[in-house]
Amino acid sequence: MSFLKINNLSVNYIMRKETVFAAQNVQFDVSKGEILGLVGESGSGKSTVGNAIINLIDEPGKISEGSIFIDNIDIYRDPKTIKTLRGKKIGIIFQDPQTSLNPLLTVGEQLIETIQTHLNLNNGDARRKAINLLEEVGITDAENRFDNYPHQFSGGMRQRVVISLALCCEPELLIADEPTTALDVSIQSQILELIKNLTKKRNLAVILITHDMGVIAETTDRVAVMKKGILVEIGPTKEVLGNPKAEYTKSLVSSVPPTNKKINRFNVINKIDNQVNLKILNRWKKKELIDQNLIEVKNLKKSFHDGIFSESSSKDVIAVDNVSFNIKEGESFGLVGESGSGKSTIAKMIVNLFKPTSGEIYFDKVCINKIRDKNVMLKFRRQIQMIFQDPYSSLNSRMKVYDIIAEPIRLHNTLIKDHELKDYINNLLESVELTKKSAERYPHEFSGGQRQRISIARALATQPRLLVCDEPTSALDVSIQAQILNLLKDLQEQLNLTILFISHDLPVVRQMCDRIAVLRYGKLCEISDTENLFLNPSNSYTKELLDLMPKIESIYETR
Amino acid sequence: MLVVAFVSFSLFTFVGDPINNMVGEETSEKERAELRVTLGLNDAIPVQFVRFIKNASKGEFGISYQLRRPVSELITERLPATLELVFVSAVIALVAGILLGVYTGINRDSFTSNIILGVSLLGVSLPTFVIGILLIYLFSVILGILPSFGRGEVVDLGFWKTGFLTLSGLKAIILPSITLSLFQMTYIIRLVRAEMMEILQTDYIKFARARGISENKIQYRHALKNGLIPVITIAGINIGTLVAFSIITETVFQWPGMGFLFIQAVKFVDIPIMSAYLVFIAFIFVMINFIVDILYYFIDPRIRIKGTE
Amino acid sequence: MQNQNLSFINKIIDSDIFFSFKKSPTAIISSLILVIIFFCSFFVEIIAPYNPFDPSSLSLMDAFTPPSWSEGGTRNFLLGTDGQGRDMLSTILYGSRISLIVGFSAILFSLILGVALGLTAGYFGGRYEMFVMRITDVQLTIPSILMALLVDGIARGIISRELHDQMAIYVLIFAIGISEWPQFARVSRAATLVEKNKDYVSASTIIGVSNLMIMLRHILPNILRPILVIGTIGLALAIIAESTLSFLGVGVPPTTPSLGTLIRIGNDFLFSGEWWITFFPAIFLVLLAFSINLLGDWMRDTLNPKLK
Repeated sequence: MSFLKINNLSVNYIMRKETVFAAQNVQFDVSKGEILGLVGESGSGKSTVGNAIINLIDEPGKISEGSIFIDNIDIYRDPKTIKTLRGKKIGIIFQDPQTSLNPLLTVGEQLIETIQTHLNLNNGDARRKAINLLEEVGITDAENRFDNYPHQFSGGMRQRVVISLALCCEPELLIADEPTTALDVSIQSQILELIKNLTKKRNLAVILITHDMGVIAETTDRVAVMKKGILVEIGPTKEVLGNPKAEYTKSLVSSVPPTNKKINRFNVINKIDNQVNLKILNRWKKKELIDQNLIEVKNLKKSFHDGIFSESSSKDVIAVDNVSFNIKEGESFGLVGESGSGKSTIAKMIVNLFKPTSGEIYFDKVCINKIRDKNVMLKFRRQIQMIFQDPYSSLNSRMKVYDIIAEPIRLHNTLIKDHELKDYINNLLESVELTKKSAERYPHEFSGGQRQRISIARALATQPRLLVCDEPTSALDVSIQAQILNLLKDLQEQLNLTILFISHDLPVVRQMCDRIAVLRYGKLCEISDTENLFLNPSNSYTKELLDLMPKIESIYETR
Repeated sequence: MLVVAFVSFSLFTFVGDPINNMVGEETSEKERAELRVTLGLNDAIPVQFVRFIKNASKGEFGISYQLRRPVSELITERLPATLELVFVSAVIALVAGILLGVYTGINRDSFTSNIILGVSLLGVSLPTFVIGILLIYLFSVILGILPSFGRGEVVDLGFWKTGFLTLSGLKAIILPSITLSLFQMTYIIRLVRAEMMEILQTDYIKFARARGISENKIQYRHALKNGLIPVITIAGINIGTLVAFSIITETVFQWPGMGFLFIQAVKFVDIPIMSAYLVFIAFIFVMINFIVDILYYFIDPRIRIKGTE
Repeated sequence: MQNQNLSFINKIIDSDIFFSFKKSPTAIISSLILVIIFFCSFFVEIIAPYNPFDPSSLSLMDAFTPPSWSEGGTRNFLLGTDGQGRDMLSTILYGSRISLIVGFSAILFSLILGVALGLTAGYFGGRYEMFVMRITDVQLTIPSILMALLVDGIARGIISRELHDQMAIYVLIFAIGISEWPQFARVSRAATLVEKNKDYVSASTIIGVSNLMIMLRHILPNILRPILVIGTIGLALAIIAESTLSFLGVGVPPTTPSLGTLIRIGNDFLFSGEWWITFFPAIFLVLLAFSINLLGDWMRDTLNPKLK
């Protein structure tokens, strides 16, 4: 018996230059007691569908056709209906718990307000109900925390508060829009457990919107795959993920990094030819690999003054605490950890964006963090380059791609002639699978994946020996991620690059790295060869991380 | 505060020779020398500075060059006039500004909103003195219902002479206060509007709507409360600006306040008045900032209570 | 080369900014008005029917002529004459030139000073930033009028009277400029802080680009938008400030009257019925300020990505 029925739903955004068809003839239903996953990459329309159910589509979007039935009531026939349903029959939670709560009202006040909007309870009863709810979502000491403000809760706790707010008036349908994307892996699994439990306990119909296949595999009963507004495939999760029928679903599933084995390259179905044309090899002075340590990090420590929030006694935040490791030339070394682990800080010290508080970093046997001479430093800068996580802020939007890539070349090679420069830049672009014409365009004309390619081209321009990759694919769709990771692997092999790969995503690191170091709160927990780490972890934190990470292979396990 | 005191003091000592400014051409060298000794101008600079501060905290600022009266006397005479004017203008600007700002922020594209915005833009483009002249022309010359200068009759309450308690006093304050408040009011309207519009786009407003909370409650309880925080700072600065702009208004309406005094002082390079005015203004600003900080502390719980992070 | 120029123009025409410009009647009208005003002031010697500063062309017989459409007016003096027989239209045009020159120069001075200090403060941080920001904060609590008055007053005390009259315009530009720079500094610093945290700045640092180059080539072009908005509105404020100071009698010397001076002079005749002497300069001033504000407002709305 379906509780929610979506019939032939289409949502359009009519804009200046074009009309965007965010959702086209979408059809599915959800029953009580089941979790339906709505999965897709960016622009798939999954969030749009979620917003359409409670009629909170951002302007200038409009539902152009179709209908939505909740408990057999057509909610759009009478515009007033949806307003009464919000909160009462339908609850929704959004991605970012930090911005979802009003910072000026206590958690209790926000709960009571919602409760009293829909249920006819006096203050005392409402308060009791609210406290019970907080306990139900797992907030200890609920009686006291009732009077706390949102900023007094940690990220995971805040999301629990958000869930309690969505459920406080006993809705029968819950829409969760990327509820765990902003949270750490360990917190993520707790929140997903909570949602599963609540579904069973309250017999909810749940729509879980996400882009993470692992989450889908572990949490949902059925899944609907969307691409560019169209529902591509729908069915029980085990079937759709284990035996996908649609082409798109197949390519999507194959792009997901496997958690249980190491593969050579990702199987990207759309690619025209699998041969990478590295034109720059013509000019690349490829160094022969010697078996030595390219990078040696000794007792590295970095602390920040947290002077903003504390007053007299400035609290020192120790971001990196006595970390030591080596990276062999030609190898791919991974730094893994959750937020606050210090992995980014270490990377930034290796590329000399920060100076360490104490400790040494050796590059090719020279201590680079103590160099004072600018010219000497410049020599080292050309050998160490970096690519970043956010494709949108890593390129200067006011500069043409040509100038962006030319900048490092011109700086280190002042005598280069114009036509030589042009040739070299074209070679670089082709090596990252972009056309020559890209050089004349501006960053905003490219997609996220293409921008990362430009960043890679820029990083390679000075022929570095070490390439630091700081979460380079975390902000990209899974299919694009596969392409970029393949590219990085190709480049490493052909150019004898040494790579320092930083990520929080364990399956990705497994595919990309030879050795891995696990960090937690600035301390080193474990260093080991990749396969050894995954099959035989010695540290308890590592074990915990491996246990909790969402695995797409879980569809084969019994629940 | 100290910085301002120092600036005032430097004005005093370094800008022109005080003696030359004070006495006429005819005074003999001997008399000038005697004056120097009496005024302590021959002492070392730091000593003079300390004396300046001591005197300042006692309220003594020396004698006006031009008017030959003690500055502190002049100030206490004129202060009530300026303060009353500023008070009324501040109330008008804040109340009207916040109300209209909220209205235009919530009803973004309505016809009334656009009219209000158009008028407010005009208000920012009208220099205060033009408004003053216009109002005088309209109400005094053509319609003849309101006085065009002066303060009307005042009631002496001992140290404070107030114009609030007489009819002519109240009549007299209408035009100048409207003039003074107009510029600030338009500024506040635009600011509050921008704040409201930005807040209504935030996630927590969206979440509140998704929970079914009524639009009214959202606007007044959630949005407004958050929107008022930056307005408080601005309101504080505004009062300071009003005090400054009163200079202009007082000139146009010949309102006998401190601003008028200051303009004369600038024209005639009357240093003691200038430095005294500076010190007073600085004091008022420091007080306002202090009050604003305290208000912030009470309104924003993030400042009051330390969070976890 | 031809192709490059054409494509540049095409890019402007095709851009979002031009599109909303075309669509917004206020933007078009206000720019049109401004262009006309600038044009007139620039070529005032050719356009103005009379030169009001040439004593030989004045005759007291013409004094107090009302505007041409009212009783007693003539076609010779379109907007009437003042107490000395000077044609109102001409004096207004000359006056607006002064107002524009002072306003522009002052705001340009402010802009350069403010952006230089704000950008470097935001980029380098540390004690330097704290120092610059303290000064900005302190000065921001002092209203600009007061600041300008103060600077002017000090100048008068330091320089002798005759020299002061000669230098009055420069002093005025300096005074108004000094009073407005904190706004630019504050905005530049805030924008710089945002840009500094973006990865492309880190990328350039890693490449080895010098700090100066990063500030000029990367950060500056990206913070221009909000500065432009503040600049436009600041221009209006500067013009108003100048006219206010001139009105109060501490602005430009009477020999080169600006719109503010004209209004002051006209004010004396208001009660005796010669309303046009103060009215027309006032309208002109308001028109000027209003057009600038309209343009600035439109700019702020189009350049702000947040308010959709």
